Amino acid sequence: MNISLDKKQSAPRIIFLTLFLAALIFSFASPALAQENVPTDDEVNAIARKLYCPVCESTPLDVCPTQACHEWRELIRTMLAEGKTEEEITQYFVDQYGARVLAEPPKEGFFWLIYLLPPAVILIGAIIVFRSLKEWTKPKAAAPVQSAAQVEKDDYVLRLEEELRKQK
Amino acid sequence: MTEETKKKRSVPLWAQIVIWAILAGLLVLVGFGLKRAQNPMAEIGKPVPDFELEFYPGYEYNGVEKMKLSDLRGKIVVVNIWASWCKPCEQEAPDLEEAWQFYKDGGDVVLIGVDYVDTPAGAEGYLTKFNITFPNAPDLRSNISSILNRQMGVPETYFIDREGVLRHVKVGPFMSVGEIKSVVESID
Repeated sequence: MNISLDKKQSAPRIIFLTLFLAALIFSFASPALAQENVPTDDEVNAIARKLYCPVCESTPLDVCPTQACHEWRELIRTMLAEGKTEEEITQYFVDQYGARVLAEPPKEGFFWLIYLLPPAVILIGAIIVFRSLKEWTKPKAAAPVQSAAQVEKDDYVLRLEEELRKQK
Repeated sequence: MTEETKKKRSVPLWAQIVIWAILAGLLVLVGFGLKRAQNPMAEIGKPVPDFELEFYPGYEYNGVEKMKLSDLRGKIVVVNIWASWCKPCEQEAPDLEEAWQFYKDGGDVVLIGVDYVDTPAGAEGYLTKFNITFPNAPDLRSNISSILNRQMGVPETYFIDREGVLRHVKVGPFMSVGEIKSVVESID
C-alpha cells in the first residue's frame, strides 16, 4: 500500500524533473544554435580578402581598417547568414561598385588580356633567349688556313724574301 | 662575318610579319578595350552625358522612382555626390535639405543626391539622420560619378543648366545654404 502511494506521488515529480531538465538543456542549446548561424570572422574574411575596398586604393577588404570597410564586412556577414553563396555576394559587390572591387579580374572580355599577355610575353622571351644561347654556344667555323703553296705564291712574301736575299 | 652567317641569324620574313601583326593587333585590342571601358565625361560648358537614376526606396521625383538626367531638361539640376562614411558630407547635408525645401515647390530647380560607394545600411542611416527628403539614388558601379568626372572625392556638387550643360562644380562641402542659392541664381 505504501509502495503504491509512493509510486503515485513520484510520477508527477519525475514529469516535472524531466520537463525542468529539458528546459535547462534547451536554454543552453538555443544560443549555441543561434551562434552556429552567425558566420565567423574567418568565413567573412575568406570572401573579404577576394575583394578590394572600393574607396581606399589597393587595400583588400579583410585588412582595411576604415569604418566603411567594417560596414562592408558586416554586410558580407549578413548576406552569409541569409544563406547567400560566395558567388552571389561577389556579384552583389560587382553590381554595386564595379569590377574594380575584385582582387582577381574576371576571366571575360577585355580582362582576358591580363591573363594571356604575360604568359605570351614570357614564351616569346624564352624562345628568343633559347635561340640566342644556341647561336652563342655553336662552335665558330675555323678560319681558313692558307696552305704552304699559297704562302709561297704570295707576291708580297716572294718580294720580301727576294729583298732579304739581296741584303745578305 | 660572312653573308651566309648573316642570313642564318636573321629572323625569317614571315616570322617578322607575324610578330608585327600580333603586336599591332594587341595594340588595337587594348585601345578598343580602353575606349569601351571609359565613360563619356562631363566638362564645364558642355552638355552632360546622360545617365540613369534609380532612387532609393521611399524616394521619388514627381511620382517617378527611376529616371534619366535628360528627363529633367528645362530645369536647373543640382547633383550632389555624397557617402555615409564621408564626414564633410555631414557638414553640408542640412544646408542641402534646406535648399531643397526652398526650391521644391517652385519646380524649377531639382536637387538630386547620388550616394557614392556605400552600404545600404549606411545610406539609410545617413538619410534618416539628416532627414533628407530630396530624391537620392545609389551610384551603381560608380557610373554617375565617372560620367560627372569626379575631381577629388566626396562631397562634390554639379550644377547643370536648363539645356543640360554643366555650368559649375563645387568640390568639398558648402559652407551655407546661401552659397548653394548664389550658384543656382548665377545659372538662372
